Amino acid sequence: MKHALVVDDSAVIRKIAKRMLASLNFSVQEAENGAAALNYCRQTMPDVILLDWNMPVMDGMEFFEQLQTMPRRGRAKVVFCTTENEKSKILRVIEAGADEYIMKPFDEHILRLKLQQIGLISAESE
Amino acid sequence: MTKPNSAPKPGMMIQSFDMLSAFLKRTSGLVVTADKLYLVENRLMPIVHREKLSCLNELVSVIEKGTKPALAKEVAQAMTVNETYFFRDKTPFDQLRDIVLPKLIGARSATKTLRIWSAACSTGQEPYSIAMLMDEFANRLSGWRIEIVGTDLSDAILTKARNGAYSQFEIQRGLSTSQLLRHFNQLGNVWQISEKLRSRVSFRALNLLDSYASLGTFDIILCRNVLIYFDVPRKADVLNRLSRALTSDGFLLLGASESVLGITDGLSAHPESRSIYVRREMPTAIRHPPAA
Repeated sequence: MKHALVVDDSAVIRKIAKRMLASLNFSVQEAENGAAALNYCRQTMPDVILLDWNMPVMDGMEFFEQLQTMPRRGRAKVVFCTTENEKSKILRVIEAGADEYIMKPFDEHILRLKLQQIGLISAESE
Repeated sequence: MTKPNSAPKPGMMIQSFDMLSAFLKRTSGLVVTADKLYLVENRLMPIVHREKLSCLNELVSVIEKGTKPALAKEVAQAMTVNETYFFRDKTPFDQLRDIVLPKLIGARSATKTLRIWSAACSTGQEPYSIAMLMDEFANRLSGWRIEIVGTDLSDAILTKARNGAYSQFEIQRGLSTSQLLRHFNQLGNVWQISEKLRSRVSFRALNLLDSYASLGTFDIILCRNVLIYFDVPRKADVLNRLSRALTSDGFLLLGASESVLGITDGLSAHPESRSIYVRREMPTAIRHPPAA
């Protein structure tokens, strides 16, 4: 079973994302900001991180920059999942090295297709 | 007088359902069984409300009278709109990239022409996905004439397809973010595919039950997740005519759950994929496409 970390300051989003990921056969942990996520990753590196951008304490971009200082081997794939939907901001995140980007609102189908694209779940016929 | 209690679901009489079912089969080949009543309600109730009709039975009655052909056409189109998204099912596009296109690029090196047909393309995600895929081959296809044709029954749907503008939800289904950034322009909350790719795809209204003669022949035809809605005789008819619309060494791609087995002898599965079919007979010459 693959392991996902949902990082979002909204408990509702964390709950929804957790339910979606669980139905895609992921074990899921939660963190409410980048700092908590960083602490978690230092102990247990997940396979994928679903990462909000705008959060208190430490935002998604700062967390991502910190994560990239960790050893590349075994490092989690990162899918930004945010209300930021401007092309320039999406470009900034992808150029910084994020694996994928999801614009909120999203549904399980979008999440599944994005996880397929980064090779974390296999492609299936619909 | 019909008896509402015998209807498959309250609100629609069984006779009306049967008449609608026969109408759809006659006009678009669509087989609608009673278990699809929810689909009928979802797709047609907006028309019932807009036309200020009392219920679905009245809508069917109007269609049967034959006095409103435009409304009848709209009903047929509303029932045949299928879900689609970019790079749907992923595997067929991998197979196009890895199996089909390398073979055809080799085979067409003299004529430098490829014609691709996305049949029942709905709002255009499939032909535009093909256009994006062809863009990956840009270096090998420099100087080639690539024609991608999308057809669908519905005029309204084709208008959207031609415009190539999609909601945030639609562009997140199947597109990688790098593809989105590369091929789409953001217009507020809408994302429009680039002019370059839009210019590579043409759209035409076509009922798959009608003749394909005006389209010419194609090197690749995609007709995916369409035949599942047809009964066996119509599947056979469509498959036989699709095979005749293929060049002698062309490829037909069907949906993952679709097969020609027991339906037609004109096509055989490609050894490398159960979803790719080739013409069984091999004429000596490749037919020429019509002038663009």
